[in-house]
Amino acid sequence: MLQTQTLTFAYPNGTSFEFPDLNVGQNEGLLVLGNSGTGKTTLLHLLAGLMNPTGGTIELDGTELDTLSGSSRDRFRGQHIGIVFQQSQFIRSISVLENLRLARSLAGLSQDDSLAESLLTELGIGERKNAKPNELSIGERQRAAIARALVTKPKIVLADEPTSALDDENCEAVASLFERTVTGHGAALVIVTHDQRLKNKFPKSVSL
Amino acid sequence: MRMLQLAYANLKEHFLSTILSVMLLGIGVGMVSFIVTVSEQLNNRFNRDIRGIDMVVGAKGSPLQLILSAVYQIDNPTGNIPLAEVNKLKRHPLIKYSIPLSYGDSYQGFRIVGTDSLYLSHYKATFSEGGVWSNSMNVVLGSSVAKKLNLKMGSHFHGNHGFDEGGHAHEESHYNVVGILNPTGTVADRLILTSTESVWDIHNNEEAEREQDNEEEEETGEITALLVKFKSPMGIMQIPRMVNQKTSMQAALPAIEINRLYSLMGVGFTTLQIIGMVIMCIAALSVFISLLNSLKERKYELALMRSLGASPFKLFGLIVQESLLLCLAGYALGIILGRVGIMLFSYLGEDQFQFSVSQSGVSPIEIWLMPLTLWIGLIAALIPAIRAYRSDISSILRNE
Repeated sequence: MLQTQTLTFAYPNGTSFEFPDLNVGQNEGLLVLGNSGTGKTTLLHLLAGLMNPTGGTIELDGTELDTLSGSSRDRFRGQHIGIVFQQSQFIRSISVLENLRLARSLAGLSQDDSLAESLLTELGIGERKNAKPNELSIGERQRAAIARALVTKPKIVLADEPTSALDDENCEAVASLFERTVTGHGAALVIVTHDQRLKNKFPKSVSL
Repeated sequence: MRMLQLAYANLKEHFLSTILSVMLLGIGVGMVSFIVTVSEQLNNRFNRDIRGIDMVVGAKGSPLQLILSAVYQIDNPTGNIPLAEVNKLKRHPLIKYSIPLSYGDSYQGFRIVGTDSLYLSHYKATFSEGGVWSNSMNVVLGSSVAKKLNLKMGSHFHGNHGFDEGGHAHEESHYNVVGILNPTGTVADRLILTSTESVWDIHNNEEAEREQDNEEEEETGEITALLVKFKSPMGIMQIPRMVNQKTSMQAALPAIEINRLYSLMGVGFTTLQIIGMVIMCIAALSVFISLLNSLKERKYELALMRSLGASPFKLFGLIVQESLLLCLAGYALGIILGRVGIMLFSYLGEDQFQFSVSQSGVSPIEIWLMPLTLWIGLIAALIPAIRAYRSDISSILRNE
């Protein structure tokens, strides 16, 4: 599903990274481990097509990301890549369900409220669908972010440090939530983290 | 989930700054539309009443006062002029026609003006009922007079001396309504018209001992003013100067006096219009600042939208739509405020100056203010929208 080859990136200030080649299949989870400063978030942004690599290629489901430009890349990202950010970001002025709707419409997909609601229910926040994002607890917000990442039926879900702020118990819960929901919906999963605890959950891992 | 819905939700989220911007815009739009409508209608009315009158002759005094009292019937007369001199002037070959006016009495705030039927034809007045007076003490009512005072054909009333309702009543003689005019949109609508003789009779009866001889009275009588229409522009060159130098009367030229009045009023109107424009500019600034502020606050949201597949142009559009939505609300509020203002002004003005502003349909200024307001919205949104368009989502998301 996702393959990278000799991926490199250099910031204008001189910092540069060389990333190991990644290969993730459908329904598979990959853990990318690295301490801060090793380019974890940079890698995630490269994989999401938010930045262009200095060298190397990223291929997602047969499409090379750097062959896409401008709004067609935005569209591709919206339709095929789901992202769960470190601090779950939402549009504050609209409800959780409307945030999910927005994700579909920005990706250029038709509305599918039954999918959105079943995802929210599956993640245990079905009854919170009409709440504003600010009214959710941190845990609920993270679940909502996962639901939003999945509502477009992406081919791959990228997660940035989903467990760094959680205690062991919750870390475990979130990890299995990711495993169950993401791979359960036929997507590939890449988690970028420094959290060694996730190693038990995801056998396949790469260190930066 | 449309962008417009999202724009609306965002405005609602920033309720207070939204309200501030809408109110500022509304007050600006309202003021400009109010001032333009009122000054336009004032101009129109002043011009309608003055049309065809080249010169007004009356007692010496302020020429503006003479014009205001004789043409517009809104000021006190400057005094009376002797009929002997008037009749001499009337025969001047350059005068096409002249209309005598005798005023000084009123009934319930409406002025009673003694004149001849030329006055009616000058203002192209037509009768909805009855006809012109044939005898002394018969009157013809202007359309608003009939409506306001609820007077019918055959009604009787006593006039009051002076223009205040409290003035002493001419109890001995009463007027008969013999005609009611259709609306003309001129000063005639607000007058009670009668023959010059009626006015003389009333005042002569009171002062009992006046000359009995009718012929003599013709020459010794007085009127208040004379409206004059010249045959050719030559009249303006010769007659006013002649009147002012060789008679006890004064001649005033309406066009000149009204221009003077406009330039006096114009200062006020222009000032108010500038204030309205300044408020609109401040409103634009307020829209700009609130968009920019909300942009700072929302930069993660915008980056998030990009990561969800929105193109930069979509974000540009979102900011522009928010601004346009704000401005449309401000415009709507402004039109309402402007109209309420005009209604209030009309209500007060009708009592005090018998000037009412009628607003039927949509006025041109209201239409013009729409694109103007939307332009303001577009300009205010431009810089924030460009910022949203250009934002580097990766660095925003990385620096969180």
